[in-house]
Amino acid sequence: MCTYTTEKIDIAGSGKGSEGWFALSDATVYFDHPVHAMAEHTLNIDFRNPAKGPSARVAVELTAESARALVGAIEAALAAVPTLVG
Amino acid sequence: MSEALTARTITITGHGGDQIEAYLAVPDDGAASRGSVVVIHHMPGYDSSTKEIVRKFAANGYAALMPNLYYREAPGASPDDAAATVRANGGVPDDRLVGDVAGAAEQLRALGGSNGKVGVIGYCSGGRQSFLAACSLQLDAAVDCYGAFVVKPVPDGVPLAFKPIVGMARDLSCPLLGLFGADDKMPAPDETAELSAVLDGLGKQHEFHTYDGAGHAFFSVDRVAYRPEAANDGWQKIWHFYGRYLAR
Repeated sequence: MCTYTTEKIDIAGSGKGSEGWFALSDATVYFDHPVHAMAEHTLNIDFRNPAKGPSARVAVELTAESARALVGAIEAALAAVPTLVG
Repeated sequence: MSEALTARTITITGHGGDQIEAYLAVPDDGAASRGSVVVIHHMPGYDSSTKEIVRKFAANGYAALMPNLYYREAPGASPDDAAATVRANGGVPDDRLVGDVAGAAEQLRALGGSNGKVGVIGYCSGGRQSFLAACSLQLDAAVDCYGAFVVKPVPDGVPLAFKPIVGMARDLSCPLLGLFGADDKMPAPDETAELSAVLDGLGKQHEFHTYDGAGHAFFSVDRVAYRPEAANDGWQKIWHFYGRYLAR
């Protein structure tokens, strides 16, 4: 199916795209057909800066299992340094 | 049929007089009279696999033209970057889609060798847009390949501007061919059955096929969703349908 479901959040940080590093302003997260990954559906994340144009984008397409593992890894990494975040 | 063709990128006048990019393929068969098809790309955009579909129509005797629906937001961007931008913006507005298809149809009718008949075909979000165009414009045949949100609303929390358009069915200007997957959830078989019932009630000519073992995007040869049995049969249905309503 084409789920169309899209979560969009504001973010701060930087990403490295096809033309080097750029500041990020938002991220969209959706579970849908991938462009490149060989899976029926993937958890897709676009790290973007629309003000810099459509090509200011870092994209990943992860299997659902990989995405859940990534969430866990991010939570673990942040939990290990509680005094430095938040 | 020689399957010889010429394909190129052109500029057409779309909605609001905007100059937008489009991909044109025309048979090199010397035919004095031929039908034409406007191809509406899927939500992943104006990509190489959909350009291949445009060429496939030309190889089979039809002039075909695909407007880049994302050109305004992302001129010159790669198709996946353009699609990401438009997705984040909520999709293509319906009125703009109709204007772009109208511009493409006008361009096709003006081509040498046109018999004046123009069909439309769309995939994924383009399936809904094909129905929308056929209810908004005077066309000769329409094909809806697994278009969702024709009958049912977009689920809560989905930031797309698409609204149900089944209420436009009374204005359907031409026969409609629907090709769907039994395993698809958007549109699910109950949604396409509901659309069929509405069209029955209005006396609108239509032909729907729902393929077992196929889900969304079963025509996409470069994706794991590809289902060759359904796609091959679907193409046969398309050739028969367009042969009846466009070619003569």
